[in-house]
Amino acid sequence: MKIHLPNSAFLGNMDPFLRGFDGSDPESMKITANKKWISIHPMSLSMVAALGLTVNPSRIECEKLEATSSHYLERMGLFRFLRIPSGIKITEHEPAGRFIPLTQIKDSGELRVFITDMIPLLHLDPKQAEPIRYIVSELVRNVFEHAGSEHGAVLSAQYYKKSNSIRIGIADTGVGIKETIQHSHSVGSHLDALRLALMPGITGTTRREGGTEFNAGAGLFFIKSIAQVNRDFFLIYSGNAVYKLLKRTPVRIKLHADPFEDRHSKGEDFPFWRGTVVGIDISLDETRAFSTLLDLIRDTYHVAVQERRKARYKKPRFI
Amino acid sequence: MMRIPLFNCTGSFAEDKDLARTIRREQIVPALNRHEEVVLDFENVDSATQSFIHALISDLIRNYGSEVLDRIRFKSCNDTVQKIIGIVVDYMQEGP
Repeated sequence: MKIHLPNSAFLGNMDPFLRGFDGSDPESMKITANKKWISIHPMSLSMVAALGLTVNPSRIECEKLEATSSHYLERMGLFRFLRIPSGIKITEHEPAGRFIPLTQIKDSGELRVFITDMIPLLHLDPKQAEPIRYIVSELVRNVFEHAGSEHGAVLSAQYYKKSNSIRIGIADTGVGIKETIQHSHSVGSHLDALRLALMPGITGTTRREGGTEFNAGAGLFFIKSIAQVNRDFFLIYSGNAVYKLLKRTPVRIKLHADPFEDRHSKGEDFPFWRGTVVGIDISLDETRAFSTLLDLIRDTYHVAVQERRKARYKKPRFI
Repeated sequence: MMRIPLFNCTGSFAEDKDLARTIRREQIVPALNRHEEVVLDFENVDSATQSFIHALISDLIRNYGSEVLDRIRFKSCNDTVQKIIGIVVDYMQEGP
């Protein structure tokens, strides 16, 4: 595998980074980087770290990092994940108020501890924390339940002062969304699978409306809705498909059950990612009351279920 | 009547759906089968995920019918928790 850490890779300009990934030869990994400056979203970092966990350290080659900002990669714990020396010397600072370094979460207990520790680390007030811990919980539990990933979820987050936002990235190297969804739904492509996974009430565990006792198929719809209401980016990548919710201008908020009706970009010609990656930006300026968001979700969910029921109605046969 | 104080198990953020399932199977279902009313007490629970609430109550509505909601009370829920419960109760009753 080959992956290049570019000058810049945030959700708005992520595509070149993703397209530069080469997943061939999964037994080895070569990391190259921009020589002058590396400024990347936690999603990119989580991807590199998650890949690193699947490769024997002796087969990981990382070129000498010359960019002045490369100490950030060390601080975020990338080389600890890769289990290779970075050659970068830094003075460790208390991480409070700035970032959550790369963290591997493999079970419910680790998730609970992580969520508890995360809020003070990011210096969030309770209202700001509410959607963020919600997102982390639902995304990581998706990995536990659906990904079948030996290495669990790899997560990192960073506070950006200039935009007053939290950026979060979660990656796994499991079976991917298509494999999960097609247990219960007919899907032709990875992009079809992403579309279904983002719709409320669609789960890979059953075709039945209302889901199973354990899954309703609502988690990703909630998370996309949080991003949408706050006019933030949300990106999901699995197999060869990427769906990206784009920022909107501030007009009346309307949630859509079908993610393709939202302002978005998508593609199904990306390098194959075995597993799932999610990146999300949460602007702390724009964070709307979580309860307001829930009103919108309730209305949209209701309409979506009604429409699906109606689509199943038998039609009269006129002769 | 059986009162189940959730905070003791979940803490202020109720998100562990394995725990929700255990509470349902080991406490709620036996109480309902004894024809007791159940009070789910959300005192000090600031927030919950839809997944947690789904794992806690969806199977009750499916197995006992929506009439089970006459035998369950949701106590001390803040606005967020009330709305999440409302979403789950709605979609479970809208199914086929």
